[in-house]
Amino acid sequence: MSLAAPERIWWKPLGWDEKLWVWVSLVFCVILLSGMIVWHVAGLQTAPSETYSVSVERFTQLTDDFIEEYKVGEENGLPVVRPPAGGDAYVQASTWQWSPILELQKGQTYRIHLSSKDLQHGFSLQPVNYNLQVLPDYDYVMTLTPADVGEFTILCNEYCGLGHHLMVGKLIVTE
Amino acid sequence: MATQTKEADFRTCPVTTLQVHRPAELLITANAVTAVVFLTVGGILALLLALTRWQAVHLLPADWFYTFLTAHGITMLVFWIVFFEVAGLYFGSSVLLNGRLVAPKVGWVAFGLMLAGALLAELMIFTGQADVMFTAYVPLKAHPLFYLGIILFAVGALVAVYLFFASVVVAKHERRHTGSLPLVTFGLVVAAIIAAFTLISGAITFIPAFFWSVGLLETYDPAAYRLLFWAFGHSAQQINLAAMVAIWYALATLTVGATPINEKLSRMAFLLYILFINLGSIHHLMVDPGLSVVYKITNTSYIMYLAVLGSMIHAYSIPAAVEVAQRAKGYSKGLFQWLWRAPWGEPGFSALVVSMVLFGFLGGVSGVIQGMMQLNMMIHNTIRVVGHFHATVVGGTTVAFMGLTYYIIPLIMRRDIISKGLARIQPYVYGSGLFLLIVGMMLSGDMGVPRRSWDIYATGGAFTTQFPAFTDVTLAMLGIGAIVAVIGGAMFVYLAVFSLLFGKDLRK
Repeated sequence: MSLAAPERIWWKPLGWDEKLWVWVSLVFCVILLSGMIVWHVAGLQTAPSETYSVSVERFTQLTDDFIEEYKVGEENGLPVVRPPAGGDAYVQASTWQWSPILELQKGQTYRIHLSSKDLQHGFSLQPVNYNLQVLPDYDYVMTLTPADVGEFTILCNEYCGLGHHLMVGKLIVTE
Repeated sequence: MATQTKEADFRTCPVTTLQVHRPAELLITANAVTAVVFLTVGGILALLLALTRWQAVHLLPADWFYTFLTAHGITMLVFWIVFFEVAGLYFGSSVLLNGRLVAPKVGWVAFGLMLAGALLAELMIFTGQADVMFTAYVPLKAHPLFYLGIILFAVGALVAVYLFFASVVVAKHERRHTGSLPLVTFGLVVAAIIAAFTLISGAITFIPAFFWSVGLLETYDPAAYRLLFWAFGHSAQQINLAAMVAIWYALATLTVGATPINEKLSRMAFLLYILFINLGSIHHLMVDPGLSVVYKITNTSYIMYLAVLGSMIHAYSIPAAVEVAQRAKGYSKGLFQWLWRAPWGEPGFSALVVSMVLFGFLGGVSGVIQGMMQLNMMIHNTIRVVGHFHATVVGGTTVAFMGLTYYIIPLIMRRDIISKGLARIQPYVYGSGLFLLIVGMMLSGDMGVPRRSWDIYATGGAFTTQFPAFTDVTLAMLGIGAIVAVIGGAMFVYLAVFSLLFGKDLRK
């Protein structure tokens, strides 16, 4: 009866079936934990943690300088920028756009800096479904090596005002 | 404040022989009824929102969608659940202990604060001055009165939690309850301890937000806000978890007379919740800047999935208790006669099973999967997350609360349930709708569909987006599931309200 006081002495040993269940569960818990650690060390894809504190003004400046230096064109009013292979690239989120459009080379590794000009945004690369949180004042660096050629869209998946669902950017990967 | 228990304040429940404290009874009724009113509002919003997310229907305009989404989240996750939990806490600390609710007047002050806070927040949301979602992530700003509303509500709830603890202590002190606490009350104590942590975190989060919104605080670091907010936002769901498990034990006892097979094991599982469950708040920050890998892995895994171990224990001991009770009644043929001969037409029992299945197999499992740091990258802020917490909070907690209501109405409010036939099918209708809704959301999220988006195709944006054609099917599942679930929810509201108003008076 779970609704009344239990018998006076309820500290009793577990039955064999209960013990077995607890041990099986515990082993499973350990496997889950180890899986996450092993994946982080040996896996191909893991959540980035490299972060720098940056003011909005400074990051805007870095992004503008980056665009100016490596701009190769324009699409729908957004600059298309081809960063040097192995170099740094900047993408700034603001209501409601991702700027610039990056043009990356397959197989090359880039350090992509993400930050926001105003509100919190959600970096969602589709269709690979790779998602990161983007905050103002924080420079979040993901180290990325594109494995597939093509055009990818960047959605915003953190609510950022009435135009949130219009906030779409692009990432291009070439041979 | 009366220091002596007045016997005139009590009545004896003819069914359970428990001593029921009348002032407590009134407060339980007031909180539970308010909860159901908020559930009704949230349910109507749910239907409108789901029919908008189902892009083939796309019902609401964008601005209404975001306003209603904010309202739906806060109404359901905070107001419906916490009002009901306060009713549950008063029930567990007075009725189950044969005791009294100390200082009922303070209970009414708590109720007043919560109601005033809730109404203030709702007013700000529905007048379009707080389109900030449940999370209200800074620097997205709402009207100051929105934050004030949340703070008032949290303070009121904190007072109610205090009243619960005081009543438990007094019941033991006055020797109206002797021996260890009943397991259900023990579970509610765990919920209340988590609630104290949660509500204090809520105050720490929203008081600076209030000052920031009126201009007294210049900046509010967005990452710090997220850390603080989730100490409130996720822990609030752990109150639901602990309260829900306590109610599972209560329903197992009420429906088949189950007795916990090992009190020690069940209580230790609850203890694991207190120690480890709140680390899960970091599930929301797995792909946030600023936190180290060691920090993320330690917290997201509840040290070593020890809170999950707690849930695994309950997942074993509750069905086992039901089996033992059923076999004792003579249903012991073969492996499963106890199961086939269970009272499937009893809404309390079917609600227990629906709640355990939806919570365990869809909610808990999906939560553990997506709390894994690397997998979290693939689902963060997609609608899969929404599917997960609809499985836990709606499929799990809400269904369990509904099941308990079918007992609170006759036992506490002393009214007969008006339509037993409708009550018999209600948990199944609601549960099957939810199943479809949840699976629809999860599959859509796996294919990249974002949460909180009015138009996933970004029509009119710089670029449009495309999703696999199968999302047409999964989003339709979401919409149809929501329609069925809302029908099931409306059946519940109808049964609860009309039984209360027009049900046969059991006092006569």
